[in-house]
Amino acid sequence: MKNEKYYRDEVPENNPTFEVDRRDFMKLLGGGLFIYFQLGDFLKGVSAEAEQRRSVPTDYNAFIHIAEDGKVTCLIGKIEMGQGIITSFPQMVADELDAPLNSIKMVMGDTELCPYDAGTWGSLSTRSLGPAMLAALAEARVVLLEMGAEQLGVGNDEVTAEDGVVFVKSNKSKKIGYGQLAQGKKIEKYLQVKPKMKDFSEYKIRGKSFNHVDAVAKVTGEAMYSGDFRMSGMLYAKILRPPSHGATLVSADTSEAEKMEGISVVRDKEMVAILHADPEKAEKALGKVKAEYKFDEMNVDDQTVFKHQLEFKSEGRVVKTVGDLETGKKNSDFIVESEFYNSYVAHAAMETHTALAFMEGEKVVVRASTQTPFGTQDGIARELGLSLDKVRVIPPFLGGGFGGKSAFRQAIEAARLAKLTGKPIMVHWTRKEEFFYDTFRPAAVVKITSGADKSGKIAMWDYNEYFAGSRGSETVYDVPNAKTTSYSAPDVHPFGTGAWRAPGNNTNTFARESQIDMMAAKLGVDPLDFRLKNLKDERMIGVLKAVADMVGWTPAKSPSGRGYGIACGFDAGAYVAHIAEVKVDKSTGKVQVVKVACAQDMGFCINPQGSIIQMEGCITMGMGYALTEEVKFTSGKIHTENFDSYQLPVFSWLPKIETRILDKMEAPQGGGEPGIICMGGVLANAIFDATGARLYQLPMTPERVLEALAKVK
Amino acid sequence: MPLEKDQTLLWALRTHFNLTGTKYGCGEGYCGACTVLMNNEAVRSCAIRMEEVAGKKITTIEGLSKNGKLHPVQQAFVDNDALQCGYCTPGMIMNAVGLLAKTPHPTREQIVEGMEDNLCRCGAHVRIIDAIESASKTM
Repeated sequence: MKNEKYYRDEVPENNPTFEVDRRDFMKLLGGGLFIYFQLGDFLKGVSAEAEQRRSVPTDYNAFIHIAEDGKVTCLIGKIEMGQGIITSFPQMVADELDAPLNSIKMVMGDTELCPYDAGTWGSLSTRSLGPAMLAALAEARVVLLEMGAEQLGVGNDEVTAEDGVVFVKSNKSKKIGYGQLAQGKKIEKYLQVKPKMKDFSEYKIRGKSFNHVDAVAKVTGEAMYSGDFRMSGMLYAKILRPPSHGATLVSADTSEAEKMEGISVVRDKEMVAILHADPEKAEKALGKVKAEYKFDEMNVDDQTVFKHQLEFKSEGRVVKTVGDLETGKKNSDFIVESEFYNSYVAHAAMETHTALAFMEGEKVVVRASTQTPFGTQDGIARELGLSLDKVRVIPPFLGGGFGGKSAFRQAIEAARLAKLTGKPIMVHWTRKEEFFYDTFRPAAVVKITSGADKSGKIAMWDYNEYFAGSRGSETVYDVPNAKTTSYSAPDVHPFGTGAWRAPGNNTNTFARESQIDMMAAKLGVDPLDFRLKNLKDERMIGVLKAVADMVGWTPAKSPSGRGYGIACGFDAGAYVAHIAEVKVDKSTGKVQVVKVACAQDMGFCINPQGSIIQMEGCITMGMGYALTEEVKFTSGKIHTENFDSYQLPVFSWLPKIETRILDKMEAPQGGGEPGIICMGGVLANAIFDATGARLYQLPMTPERVLEALAKVK
Repeated sequence: MPLEKDQTLLWALRTHFNLTGTKYGCGEGYCGACTVLMNNEAVRSCAIRMEEVAGKKITTIEGLSKNGKLHPVQQAFVDNDALQCGYCTPGMIMNAVGLLAKTPHPTREQIVEGMEDNLCRCGAHVRIIDAIESASKTM
């Protein structure tokens, strides 16, 4: 894969969205008659039916606007949280449109300007929104060509376009720019027969590496996050929080707080908020509020959670079944039965949930760190009893999301308070609030019973996951008798849980890849050979062979004492395989990851460097849930309140990281999540290979490693 | 808004001086997102009260570039693409500048040790080390 570096020759915008008011937007677009897609009356009030009508548009005018000077504004409902689509989307737009890369500007996630989008999650931007947008842009390109041909007085087949200019093929001096053609207006012409999108062979900008376009803004402190906006009269709101989930406020005495200078107290239904221009003064006053609660809590803690989950009444759904498990059992020479566990894990983005809300007449405008601007808009409209056109959500840069900023409680809080007071209200959660209201990755149990014959073919696979989520639960191996069942129950968790980078798949891949390794060890065969022998999917075989090639894998049965682990998986349309090398300190149980190699088949890769950075991030972040990250709690009380009791990966952990993206001319797939799914399994397998100790629970803390070591004969 | 003695430097910077490049991450000195230089030494601005600041020189991320030219550490972060969401970046850069002021030519181990207490959730660590190493060679 080509990995040339290109630098954009223009200073990037310091903000993915532009200024608040519509006049500025019109200015940005160079005046002109810009007709934006109409939200229309049918969206007033929120109903499921109306929600279904909100879908990604097919009209290219919804995605792009070409100004008179030829600058192209690309509007998408996604947000930028570090995953890098602010860099890769312009590559797609410029390439499909035959426009210069530096003419493309992104406007992202503004509910008033951008086309509807369900949310930035699931590594869906490139693989799902991408094709929809490109189909629309392919039409735009042909329309521009036809408009150009008409202006130049030649036939449609006599023109072509390059760098935003339509010219006559036989006489390049006869030309006209996109800006002159569009004149800053909506393009009225559409095609009866929709043209094809460009073929991979025609790509000029896609497939090349670019540095983050927002890097300069981010190294100078100019990049704006939700908490960085300032408005005249803005007040910080500090909101009274219950001591635990399941606690309900009975009474609150705010009299002491009210005595403090400059403080105002807002009470609305269950909400008690202290307002002050200085957040620390508001916080101090909040500390003086005397509150009483009644408690209705679940009898569960971080030690008993797995027992609680297995005893909880849950509903099993068969995800997939092939063949017959009993037949498989009969055909097996040995059976391995295991239970795997993983604890609650926090998103712990460096930026806490933040929102600034203010009124513009009847309308509430909210700058929020959210992965779901349109969902946030819906939520605020519902909570405040407003129609959707009276709620505008504008997400600036996000300081990390990882799924956690799909929840938007802070935006609702800010919007409520802005509407109640008429003042600009900033809600900027403390780290403690962030840990308290985080929608954790769920604790989960996976039970697997599997069998293989002496030749090393897996004959049966009975997979049952409890509360992990079914993503990644189906076996990637070729097994004639296999059943996958997913168990869920709405009330099993004592607090909120939600999607965490590759939801479900981290737990499922840990369990599956550990089990596979255990079977290979039982057979006394090399774990890579065992995998290859039981795989049919060429792309999975491809990434395994690639990663083996990267490290110069030499076959050995495990535990070999070398500390090498291997794992593979499938997520967001992409195939990944990892090999890790670890050192285990047998006296302390501490694991040092020496090296991690990762091969990824993600179809065609738009920005290889951006994708490699995502893989590096996945590997680094993934070491955390594998080795240390665990939320401590007693029923609804969250004991984990800051980073002193929640260990994120740090610099001294860093292994040597090697990445390889397979060169593929296939539809582009997700890249933000796949690289993280193997980290639990690959490190568990590496620890086993180093020591013979099998770890069944994530995170694999020194205590758990010592416990497992004690069981090694 | 008036400055107060017991206010933290972090929130004084963010609200009084409108210097929002210095970020709140944890409020208790664990993450380093709020790192600034005080008399050329990297400190956690969330753990410094304004009364301790009197008579001292504070440099924030906004004061690092000179005449529109990025500081070598900032430039190295751009060149090495050493960031993702960018929220920890100002604190990382200020901590690195503080580190290089003390140890102009650090080994990789010294960089790791010096940066250890600055948290990044996106996992940009490898490139951050590369960036600091390359910056130290150009300064």
